[in-house]
Amino acid sequence: MDKIKILLLIIASLIFIPMANASELSLHGFLQTNYSVRVNDDNPQGAKQGNLILGEERAQIRASFYPQKSKIGIFVKSDFYHDWVEENLAFDFREGYFDLAEDKFGLRVGRQIYTWGLGDLLFINDVFPKDWEAFYSGRPLEYLKIGVDSLKLDIYSNIISAEAVVMPNFQPDDLSSVGRFHFFDPYPNIPNRELEKPDSAFEKFGNMEYALRLYRYIGDFDVSAYAYKGFFRSRGMKADNFNSPSTISNFYPELAVYGLSAQRSALGGVMSAEYGYYDSLDDRSGKDSGINNSQSRFLIGYQKAFPEDFTVGVQYYSELMHQYSQYKDNLPSAFAKIKQLHQYITLRLTKLFKYQTLKLSLFTFYSPDEEDFLITPEVSYNFTDNLLGIIGMNIFTGAEDNTTFGQHKKDSDVYVTVRYSF
Amino acid sequence: MKAIKILLVLSLFLSTGFNQKLSFAQNELSAVDIIAKSRLAFYYAGDDMRARVLMEIINKDGQKRLRELTMLRKNYEEGGNQKYFMYFHKPVDVKDTTFMVYKYPDKDDDRWLFIPAINLVKQIAANDKYSSFVGSDFTYEDVSGRKPEEDSHTLLRKEKLGEKSCFVIESIPEEPSEYIKRISWIDETNFLPLKEEFYDKQNELYRKFEAQELKDINGILTITKRVMKNIKTGHHTKVTLQEVEYNLGMEDNMFSERYLRRPPLEWIR
Repeated sequence: MDKIKILLLIIASLIFIPMANASELSLHGFLQTNYSVRVNDDNPQGAKQGNLILGEERAQIRASFYPQKSKIGIFVKSDFYHDWVEENLAFDFREGYFDLAEDKFGLRVGRQIYTWGLGDLLFINDVFPKDWEAFYSGRPLEYLKIGVDSLKLDIYSNIISAEAVVMPNFQPDDLSSVGRFHFFDPYPNIPNRELEKPDSAFEKFGNMEYALRLYRYIGDFDVSAYAYKGFFRSRGMKADNFNSPSTISNFYPELAVYGLSAQRSALGGVMSAEYGYYDSLDDRSGKDSGINNSQSRFLIGYQKAFPEDFTVGVQYYSELMHQYSQYKDNLPSAFAKIKQLHQYITLRLTKLFKYQTLKLSLFTFYSPDEEDFLITPEVSYNFTDNLLGIIGMNIFTGAEDNTTFGQHKKDSDVYVTVRYSF
Repeated sequence: MKAIKILLVLSLFLSTGFNQKLSFAQNELSAVDIIAKSRLAFYYAGDDMRARVLMEIINKDGQKRLRELTMLRKNYEEGGNQKYFMYFHKPVDVKDTTFMVYKYPDKDDDRWLFIPAINLVKQIAANDKYSSFVGSDFTYEDVSGRKPEEDSHTLLRKEKLGEKSCFVIESIPEEPSEYIKRISWIDETNFLPLKEEFYDKQNELYRKFEAQELKDINGILTITKRVMKNIKTGHHTKVTLQEVEYNLGMEDNMFSERYLRRPPLEWIR
């Protein structure tokens, strides 16, 4: 992979640099500092810099070249950063692709970010990889999404349009890592675990991931249908014996997802609804406690704008487990027990002041069954068109230590971002 | 369109007798007719339109912020539905962002925003029509117009604004609104609004619009420089329209998710 990255960068710079004055070339980016500090002194094991969850200086370059009267183009977005926690310097090749735009279809090949579905920070048919650690540590929202090496074909027609994506290199979600966050582990005494990642489809063709979205208007409804075949992006677990294991390994079980979404203006705002069936291909019977059970996921959302730049969004989301009696019967005692219906209610409030240069926002997740919260208040201010400052908090609370947000309740943090865009 | 207007004027001319002057026909226009014609001249010119819009947002200390966008607009019926597509060139942190509005005179707009950093198309709830358009002194309503039926209009007088003869019209909102009174100076010959004053609930002037430059673009007179000033704070916004073109034959599918995600380069440059 590294060779491909370097090659792409070289090709990009060979194309870009000699044409630096051409109008079709665009070269932008930002310089950014981003810090996040745990407010509580109870640091997790392996914490390298005490309370510092995130500390970095970062430069991003975005370059694109779309020649006039041409159907092709290229886009590259790459970060270079210094991380105070790991004390290293690194590249993060975030996106880079070739583009072809024809009248009836489009083709995009390379590393790309996708966002599907209608949820606000709740994902059903968005089956693409996410960086939850970035999100929890207060990095800007765009870092929640990870680019995927893929080929995308767009088909446009008056009857129905489609996005078809194939992904040869499996990319898991980035979850909270050791040393940065506390997290629930059912078997803390067995720290060494092998992680088995699906081989690239270039080596094993059966590992190719496929995602399809079909969309059109039906009356006033903006309707999409989705299908995905690939893998869970969160880990499954294998053990010689779940009740008293001596060896444990992690892997990514196979998954298929089928879903629908619809959205329209209604009740003075925008209403959205989404459904997805998560077919746990490696454990359809629901007996394997190391693999997520099959689920139905539902979402209903509503957002409305009020006078003076005030916007409110609410969502109800639930996951219904399908083989619940099998799940219960086979659940090892060390595991956290999930309710058959796992729910979230979210609220987003946004208010703009001073000609939209000052933004106050609040996002909250609340799960009534797991009795935990994530509350994120944030203030951002555009000092100038180029200079943005953000300060916010991620507040984790929960009744238990083994729930989604409850496990991080010692990790509530304050974060600061300053970004200079050019 | 022009032919219909000529016929209309001609028939009025004929019906009022050959001896009457043309201006007499205009005298017969009611205040609401003038406002309706003004709305068409200002917001519905051409069948479609493309322009590069430069906005300078200036606070009382003189600190400037810039917005630069390409706007495409297509009319579906005169005085009726419209579609807008906007592509942002500046500021750099929103470059490549696109925004699409389906405007319906009788109900809330449908609006979509494309955020390139996460490749997300999002339908967003229509703001209050008095909220600021992209952080400027112009409101959404200033940018997209207001139905004549929403106010009661009175022709106060006719007066010259510089060299130009204007109708001066007072408009009082029928329903509670951000302002209690609007006074408009509308050019008698082309019905473009040359000046507007907005009065707040204390009946004090708080916002003023001025057209500063007009250009003939393929026979359509267009306000190419305008200013909206908040009189009470000194905050103001200057808008310049460049590369204005009308009647380009834009197709309906230009205003779709496809082009939100991949802006039509030949149109936005």
